[in-house]
Amino acid sequence: MSQTPSETAGATAAEVDPADAERFAEYAAPERLVSTEWVAAHLDDPQVVVVESDEDVLLYEVGHIPGAVKLDWHTDLNDAVLRDYVSPEALARLLGERGIGRGTTVVLYGDKSNWWATYALWVLSLYGHEDVRIMDGGRDLWIAEGREMTREAPARAAVDYPVVERDDRTLRAFRDDVLAHLGTGPLVDVRSPEEFSGERTTAPAYPEEGALRAGHIPSAQNVPWGKAVREDGTFRSRAELEAIYLDGAGLRAGGDVIAYCRIGERSSHTWFVLTHLLGLEGVRNYDGSWTEWGSLVGVPIVQGAEPGQAPAVRR
Amino acid sequence: MTLTAGLQRAVDDFQAVAEPDRLQLLLEFADELPALPARYAEHPDLLERVAECQSPVFLFVEVDDAVHVHATAPEEAPTTRGFASILAQGLEGATPEEALAVPADMPRLLGLDRAVSPLRLRGMAGMLGRIQRQIRERLAERA
Repeated sequence: MSQTPSETAGATAAEVDPADAERFAEYAAPERLVSTEWVAAHLDDPQVVVVESDEDVLLYEVGHIPGAVKLDWHTDLNDAVLRDYVSPEALARLLGERGIGRGTTVVLYGDKSNWWATYALWVLSLYGHEDVRIMDGGRDLWIAEGREMTREAPARAAVDYPVVERDDRTLRAFRDDVLAHLGTGPLVDVRSPEEFSGERTTAPAYPEEGALRAGHIPSAQNVPWGKAVREDGTFRSRAELEAIYLDGAGLRAGGDVIAYCRIGERSSHTWFVLTHLLGLEGVRNYDGSWTEWGSLVGVPIVQGAEPGQAPAVRR
Repeated sequence: MTLTAGLQRAVDDFQAVAEPDRLQLLLEFADELPALPARYAEHPDLLERVAECQSPVFLFVEVDDAVHVHATAPEEAPTTRGFASILAQGLEGATPEEALAVPADMPRLLGLDRAVSPLRLRGMAGMLGRIQRQIRERLAERA
């Protein structure tokens, strides 16, 4: 019998370091971020499992933080047959094998400004894993600071992770949710301006795949995900983020934002920023995203740089 | 449609190890990707970008009596480097006819579907297709 998230939460979380608490205090949920210093000081903490999650399936093997385990967004977190995340049973097996228990403090980091690390965080959040954090600056900052990397596989004993139901209603939006949302709530499209306007269906320099039509969902504001980070991969200050998302894109607290991109990975990054750094409530990630919307029959699409009007939709 | 001797060796090597170890083998190939000869390193305009790959990978094919593939991809894209290295090593010294006879679905023979995913293997098929097109172009230039 599976358990709901609240029934299995518990176990003491790893301490928040006072220096980190001060550094991240300006964010809505400062406990969601840790610094590279914090990670370096907690490599032997039995309460903590450091997890690398990258775009490239082989990058972890090239070198990783000592003791860190690997979660691949594609081969580990996505079901091999269904277009969906792995089942509760598969997730329990996966995390247990990695030495992660329900009460473990999971610290995620990865390449490309934590793009894929935030995706993994969002998937773990669907499963209600309570204490999951991001190492600010990700893999590149750790390397830039000259910190230790290894190719050695970690020796971490497997533990039991409970079979927990996934909550697909709170943090996740499906296409029908987006249709119902049109004209009533804000949408944020975090893809590149070229994908938003309809010049192309994939990110610049990425392969063309998966969508039959180009453009964006009507009324969506275009805020490319990478705007949320600085050159060194760390998150921008709260004031800068507010200028981008609240003043710039007009998002508001309680606005029930739905974020999307191409397959829901870049929008996981924005979901993290809106939810945990700016503290907006009710933000959902539409992981079907453009590879679904751009191939659905009859749904409204707008091309060009302007958001466009949300049409009356036949339901 | 047959593999070159070099590609057959690579396929045999991958098939000889268990699935989890195939990633390590791919990493070895990635580590072995030779640096570009200076004449290409100084002339990035000669290199063709492979648009099917997520990471920037550039390649150039020389044809004399045999085929020589030169490729470069960033250190932080080891999967792409590994694919490029398998193709560069596996096609090195083959005749143009042998290289053109390599079937388009050759990447599937490596047995990396589960370890790497078919999505990522598509990038390797894209590289192979571009290499074969460049071979045809080089042959046409000579004719």
